[in-house]
Amino acid sequence: MSEFFAMGGYGFYVWTAYAALAVVLVLEVLAVRARRRAVVEEARLSGPESTTIAPGGNA
Amino acid sequence: MASLNWFKYASPVAFFPLAGRMIPWFSWAAAILTAVGLYIGLVMAPTDFQQGEAYRIIFIHVPTAWMSMFLYVVMACWSALALGFGTRLSAMMAQAIAPTGALMTFVALWTGAFWGRPTWGTYWAWDARMTSELILLFLYLGVIALRNAIDDPRRADRACAVLSLVGVVNIPIIYFSVKWWNTLHQGSSVSMTAAPQMAAIMVTGMLVMSFAAWFYAIAVVLARLRTIMIDRERGAAWVAGLPEVRNA
Repeated sequence: MSEFFAMGGYGFYVWTAYAALAVVLVLEVLAVRARRRAVVEEARLSGPESTTIAPGGNA
Repeated sequence: MASLNWFKYASPVAFFPLAGRMIPWFSWAAAILTAVGLYIGLVMAPTDFQQGEAYRIIFIHVPTAWMSMFLYVVMACWSALALGFGTRLSAMMAQAIAPTGALMTFVALWTGAFWGRPTWGTYWAWDARMTSELILLFLYLGVIALRNAIDDPRRADRACAVLSLVGVVNIPIIYFSVKWWNTLHQGSSVSMTAAPQMAAIMVTGMLVMSFAAWFYAIAVVLARLRTIMIDRERGAAWVAGLPEVRNA
C-alpha cells in the first residue's frame, strides 16, 4: 500500500496533481450549492409582487 | 408541428424542471465513470517504461485539457445563439459554463506543471501549447469579470458573447500549437486517424476519465444554470411558484 502511494518516487507530483483536481471539484460543488441557497432565499424575500419594480428584470 | 417540441425547452420555465431531473443521472454517471477510470488508471495500467509512475497524471491532465477547450467552444456556440436570436436561455447557458471552463483550464495547467517537473525538469515553459492554454484561462476569467462589471444582464449577455466569440480563435491555436511550433509539449497521444501511441489499457483509462469529465461538467453546469435562472428570473411568477422558493 505504501508502495502505491510512493508512485515509484513520483508520489509528490502525482498526488499533488490529483489533490488539486479533487479540491477544485469539491469547492465548485459547494460553491454552486451555497449560491443556490442564496438565490432561493432572495427569490423568497422578493416575491412575485415585486415584478414591476425589479431592477433589470427581463421576465 | 413536431419541431415545436424543441422550442418548448428553449424557455427557462420549461427547461428548469428538465435540468433538475437530468442532474442526478449525469452526477451518478460521472461518479461511476470516475471510480472505474481511476481504477484503470492507478491500478490496472502498467508502469510507463520511460516515465515510470509519473505518467499517471495523464488520466486527469488530458481529460481536463480537452474539457477546457470543448467547454469554450460550447460556451461560444451558446453565445452566438444568444447574440443572433436574443434568447435568454442561451445566454444563461453560456454564463453557466464559464466558471467550470475556467476551473478545468486551471486543473489542466496545474496537472501539466506537476507532470512537467519530473519529466522535463521544469514546472513551466513559455512554449506555444502552455502559453495558449494560459490565455484560455484569462479568456474565461475575462468573460466572468466582464459579466460582473455590467449591471444590466442583457447588456452583459451581449458583451460576454462578443468577447467569447472573439476568443474562439485561441482554440485552434491551442489544438494545433504542437504541430505549428516546436514545443516542449509533446504532440497528441490520441488521434482519430492513426493508431494510438499508447497501450490500449492506458487509452481506455483516459477515455473513461474523459467521459467522466463530460458528465461532471454537464451536471455542474446544469446545477449552476438553475441558480442563474432563479437569480435572473426572480420576480417572475414561475420562480415564486417553485416549491423550494414557496416552502423555504
